[in-house]
Amino acid sequence: MASKSRNLSITGRGLTNFESIMWVFTRLSALGMYALILFAIIGALIMGARNNMNMADVLRWGFMPNVTHVASTDVPDTAPFATPFWKLVASALLLVATAHGVHGLVVIADDYITSEGGRKIVRLLSIIMMVSMSLMGLYIIWTS
Amino acid sequence: MGLKRNVSLGTGLRYKGGGPMLVFVLHRIGGLGMATFVTIHILSSFFGGDIGQFANQIYENWVFQIFIFFFVLFHAINGLRITILDLWPKLIPYQREAIWVEWAVFLPIYALAAFVILRTGLAGG
Repeated sequence: MASKSRNLSITGRGLTNFESIMWVFTRLSALGMYALILFAIIGALIMGARNNMNMADVLRWGFMPNVTHVASTDVPDTAPFATPFWKLVASALLLVATAHGVHGLVVIADDYITSEGGRKIVRLLSIIMMVSMSLMGLYIIWTS
Repeated sequence: MGLKRNVSLGTGLRYKGGGPMLVFVLHRIGGLGMATFVTIHILSSFFGGDIGQFANQIYENWVFQIFIFFFVLFHAINGLRITILDLWPKLIPYQREAIWVEWAVFLPIYALAAFVILRTGLAGG
């Protein structure tokens, strides 16, 4: 049974409950983060990063395209990095990453916490953490 | 969920899962590590102050960067393997080969990055 259901196509497995939808979301959000990070890196290269930033700085910008991440580089003018467009990209990356991360925490809690009540508590704490981190992150992105 | 396990932690640690088990464990540790890293980083940026600056100084230290880059890069590359195999389930029988490909992609990138970080770090950069 195990080997058979594993080889079914995505549509053949049926997306009937929350956990299976989140299973697909985890995979697709991983691809989404790859796309957003590549997009931010290409954007930085177009904005002149290839002359004024080293690879580590470009990656730091790529993992979170927030203007404070280019503040310590040799970029003469950080204004192009601080546009609302990049704030939107950074917000999208933050929200996708926290949603991906909180489900990871929930899956790990489900695997190692054997009591029903303990899993519920960790689930609730993870969700509270996700919401507060998203709000704090958005505040940082839009006020920096 | 009627979850019931009769497996102790010691038995779990002695489980010989080989390569796939190793990447599974590293993926978990890396995921937990990144959740911790991102949480502390957001908190320190949000509240600032002495403690926030102290946390950000640790993050900028090259020893920490060698450590965190291992888990971030591994989580990203292993996650890409999981995504590709799960979205094209016909590839799942080849997952051991996929894990070899994954290490072949991960090791050169990580070795190069670690070399650069180490060289800059030891030069006092």
